[in-house]
Amino acid sequence: MEPLSWAEIITRILTQLTPVWIALVVTFVVSIKFKRKLGLYGKLFDSTIGMIGFAIVMFWVFTGVFAAMDLLITHDPIRQVSGMKNKLPGTPLRGAEAGDYPYYLLGGDNLARDIFSRVVKGSWIVIQIAPLATLFAFMVGITLGLPAGYYGGKLDTTLSFLANLILAFPVILLFYLLVTPEIVLTGLPQYMAAVLFLFPLIFFGVLINARYRTQPGKNYTWLALVLIPLVVLYGSAINAEGTKIAFWPVDLFDIPPGILVVFVSVVFVNSPTVFRIVRGLTMDIKTRDYVAAAQTRGERPWYIMLWEILPNARGPLIVDFCLRIGYTTILLGTLGFFGLGLPPESPDWGTTINDGRKLLSIYPHPALPPALALLSLVLGLNLLADGLREESLRD
Amino acid sequence: MGLFILRRVGIMILTALCLTFIVFFLTNLYPNLEKLAKSEGNFRMSDAEVSSWLEKGGYLQPLPVKYGEWLGVLPSHRYEAPDGKVTGRCIEPGMSAEEAPNFCGILQGKWGRSTVFKDGVGDILSVRGWQTAKLMFWVMVVMVPSALIIGVLAGMREGSVTDRTLSTVSITTTATPEYVSGVIFIAVFASSAVGLKWFKGTATSAMEDITFANFTLPVLTIALYGMGYIARMTRASMAEVMTAQYIRTARLKGVSFRNIVIKHAMRNALIAPFTVIMLQFPWLLNGVVIVETLFNYKGFGWTLVQAAGNNDIELLLGVSVVSVVVVLVTQLISDIGYVYLNPRISIS
Repeated sequence: MEPLSWAEIITRILTQLTPVWIALVVTFVVSIKFKRKLGLYGKLFDSTIGMIGFAIVMFWVFTGVFAAMDLLITHDPIRQVSGMKNKLPGTPLRGAEAGDYPYYLLGGDNLARDIFSRVVKGSWIVIQIAPLATLFAFMVGITLGLPAGYYGGKLDTTLSFLANLILAFPVILLFYLLVTPEIVLTGLPQYMAAVLFLFPLIFFGVLINARYRTQPGKNYTWLALVLIPLVVLYGSAINAEGTKIAFWPVDLFDIPPGILVVFVSVVFVNSPTVFRIVRGLTMDIKTRDYVAAAQTRGERPWYIMLWEILPNARGPLIVDFCLRIGYTTILLGTLGFFGLGLPPESPDWGTTINDGRKLLSIYPHPALPPALALLSLVLGLNLLADGLREESLRD
Repeated sequence: MGLFILRRVGIMILTALCLTFIVFFLTNLYPNLEKLAKSEGNFRMSDAEVSSWLEKGGYLQPLPVKYGEWLGVLPSHRYEAPDGKVTGRCIEPGMSAEEAPNFCGILQGKWGRSTVFKDGVGDILSVRGWQTAKLMFWVMVVMVPSALIIGVLAGMREGSVTDRTLSTVSITTTATPEYVSGVIFIAVFASSAVGLKWFKGTATSAMEDITFANFTLPVLTIALYGMGYIARMTRASMAEVMTAQYIRTARLKGVSFRNIVIKHAMRNALIAPFTVIMLQFPWLLNGVVIVETLFNYKGFGWTLVQAAGNNDIELLLGVSVVSVVVVLVTQLISDIGYVYLNPRISIS
């Protein structure tokens, strides 16, 4: 068979991604139709930049989700096919059998794996870890930043000092110190996970308790409804058979140690910045009249923080959330680039770039697709944040 | 002002002590020491041999004691062998135990020895650091003026076509981490596949002799990522200043737009970016590590990767001290500079 021309490669890739296009079109049609009823999300569709950003982000989200269901990939992302090493994009698969996709659409890497499938599959890893890690960082940052900003004084001084301490660390040095097999052996990442994963529990517990404190019946129902599943998840997340923490009887799932340590270090690096933002916003908002009104009413401090201040700080926080997912994606790529944490055959973008960079001046094609994928996702998130900022300022 | 600086320096020293202690703790965890013992001594050591090797080197003392010795505030550990021969960190080959100083930590300038490079850590850091200083110098030369120009041009007429275009450019550069832009640059400008071959894909030769061909890509790669951020800050600050009353007054007075921007607006608009540029240093340090690895330029960042990858404890500690000090000093300069430049802030 002849190798494909560039036009054919592009056509085939576009056809291969058909489910993504359908999902994108459906999302956009539905969202634009009901945009007046959808609040800030609906307003996003008034700004061109926001729409472009949203489209790029959703493209990768759908790609990731469909890749997780094995819909889009043409080959197994970690299978090596002899004779396909460093082959150019569009090379026909050697020894293709019936049922095999007949081409390597974006060529093969230095271990003869299909780059197209790796990039598509890699998006799932990013889509899974980056938003979740950012969410955890926000939980930590909000839970600590609100009291620091609201009470001020010694608490603020101590917490700010700790935050600045972590921020003064060069990120890569921290990664190299935390994400080594020796450190994983000591169980340190698990202990850190045990502390960091506690924050969502505290956050939701205090959130509900502050709201329904005066109605014990409702309070306990809500607390039980939210906290029991979270505690089970928490226990399962930090426990793993054969490690330092293994006391939990109902261990539902094990997070692979590589993923856990990556996740923990990314949350750890991100939370001080979120803390500083929340603290600054709180200090600003606590001087407003409605906070004074709540104080006069005799509301408890945590009610004021979580139900008066936090909702009014949501605009900047949502914008920063988008930007921070992008930054987390970059950090994940950095970890992959240095071969830290994730297993070496993992198809995530950083690892694929790292694999491709050694022969970059002779074969640039293995490293370019993951690089461009990462660039486009982060750019999309930045544009989305910009669109959201514009729209939320317009209120 | 004096008290302010004094307090900042105090906090800085406290931060530096905490950070180095954390690094010390993480590098001196038992699995790391065990690996060190096996790589320095013998790979087939039994557990008992490992612990006696560590005992001899003083590695099994309590952590604060070890930290104090490393820092140079506690007398260094000495081991007396059964035959009466005394060995220790301070006792260099050919020196008797009586002559050797009691304290030999980093405060005394004894940085220890690297196990990977078989050389003194201080020497390695000065040689490698100088290479990185050259790289950073050129990054600054490229990054700062271009970021400021882009920011001022975009911010002076908010919402114009120039603003939109330049803002998109700066968003794109902030979305491009070094390992992405570096890969794209090498693929486009240095690979045989595209065939432009304007520049070289490695910067190894730049360590001896910096030329346009071998240094452009690394410098550009680092500069680009930081540039977008500084440009956006400058733009925001410029746009804010341009709406100020005194600018309107100048306009009504009939000052030309050119003069308003250069003489009236820019001086106030550049206060905020100054802080941002200084605070970019921790990120530049990241960029340096990535770019030096990607372009195989054997500087400070490359040393960090080698030290961390090979469990070279003393070298890694040295690298951390230098990077922590660089970050904290730039933060201090940024704080002081901000107060100094901005007449509206008083510290008392």
